[in-house]
Amino acid sequence: MAMIKKKATVVIIGGGILGASVAYNLARQGLKDIVLVEKSYLTSGATGRCGAGIRQQWGTEMNCILSRESVRIFETLAEELEYPYGIDYRQNGYLLLAYSPKEREQFSKNVALQNSLGIPSRQVTSAEARDIVPHLNIDGLLGGAYCHTDGHANPFHVTFAYARAAERMGVNLYSNTEVLSIEKDKGRVCRVVTSQGSIDCEIVVNTAGGHAAVIGEMVGLDLPVYPERHQIMISEPVDAFQVPMVICMSHHFYIQQTTHGSFIMGQGDPNEPKGFNINPSWQFSVELAKKITSVLPHLKSLNIIRQWAGLYDMCPDAQPILGESPEVKGFFTASGFSGHGFMIAPYTAKLMAQAILGEEPEINIDILNYHRFASGQLILEPAVV
Amino acid sequence: MPKNTIVCRCEDITLEEIREWLQMGYTNIEEIKRLTRAGMGPCQGRTCRTHILRELSRVSEMSPAELTIPTFRPPVKPVSLKTLAGDGND
Repeated sequence: MAMIKKKATVVIIGGGILGASVAYNLARQGLKDIVLVEKSYLTSGATGRCGAGIRQQWGTEMNCILSRESVRIFETLAEELEYPYGIDYRQNGYLLLAYSPKEREQFSKNVALQNSLGIPSRQVTSAEARDIVPHLNIDGLLGGAYCHTDGHANPFHVTFAYARAAERMGVNLYSNTEVLSIEKDKGRVCRVVTSQGSIDCEIVVNTAGGHAAVIGEMVGLDLPVYPERHQIMISEPVDAFQVPMVICMSHHFYIQQTTHGSFIMGQGDPNEPKGFNINPSWQFSVELAKKITSVLPHLKSLNIIRQWAGLYDMCPDAQPILGESPEVKGFFTASGFSGHGFMIAPYTAKLMAQAILGEEPEINIDILNYHRFASGQLILEPAVV
Repeated sequence: MPKNTIVCRCEDITLEEIREWLQMGYTNIEEIKRLTRAGMGPCQGRTCRTHILRELSRVSEMSPAELTIPTFRPPVKPVSLKTLAGDGND
């Protein structure tokens, strides 16, 4: 392994989509001496374990804007990053199912908000839902919401594309490099101590996903971000059959056929304890198979070939914490993405780079500051699986 | 020859493709798996894992025994959704 640099302007902690895209955006704006450290390999954390979906149908203004603008970036991202292998980006839509009047009411509010922000979502009846997904069992279905510009991309290629573009602009990227501690001088970060050596720096960016609170603790911050296991399973590839992602909030599951042909499906367990456990459980595959074969009975013969788990970096209001800590100068956080970090990363990273460079971010992100929890001014995102 | 040699039969990945990524500096089998999909198909790497390890061992000058391999993930062999759901008619 190459000797680690002893000095940098910025040290980014975490080699997922956020770390890689922040590194790229900083380098593109001309910043020199950027280092990214990753304790394992790129995409080894939440990014490489995520469901790969990209949706704009959110219930808070901020999540809507971050995802809408990210979709615009995704549309030309492979070209922007000059990545010859493609990022498997498709806009095949998202269909959200409503099984209770309360859910339908919430979708109505969300769609009104989304439309006011230029997101082309709409409410659908259960018959229209079946027109969109002909193999959908509509028993008990009251309706839903649909947005045709939602979609998916390959999280591995997106992250490697950002990382390679960043490296071409001089960013030093160190895998297998774990952060052990962060030192401060007069209330400012000044050094990151890693398993491969120390790096003097002016700015630290915490993009450590489920481990963000551990990194925060290293500078004495109590970030309200906690890890929560979420599981996924995937089928063998089959011919194109289902166009959009189907999400069922009340049963906490989602299922989508990828560009490659495999069906990827996941489920959130409302009783999942906090913690770093990423072992898969057999209960998950059985419970999810029961739900899928009930809502999408035509998929019953589909063979499942792999199951895994990863960590959501949960925040109490299901929105990220973005920006510089008021207590520790030079310490920036972009974490707490609560299961939708991959899809909003491209635009979030752009805003983060602007904030890190001391510019005014192009949209005001103060609402996502560190202090919203102390003041209790939370706007809860209602649309999380 | 490497162009026609299939390393991962499930995902149709050739030896040439594996070598290309290795030459670009991706010398961790986890990265190779995620970038090429080798090992992500129905057999879950039973065939390609050892071939890729041998290539990695050449590049890294480490013995295959010293290299790490990707996590074995359930199920051990493909299982249909209806079997998992336990409808009893399989």
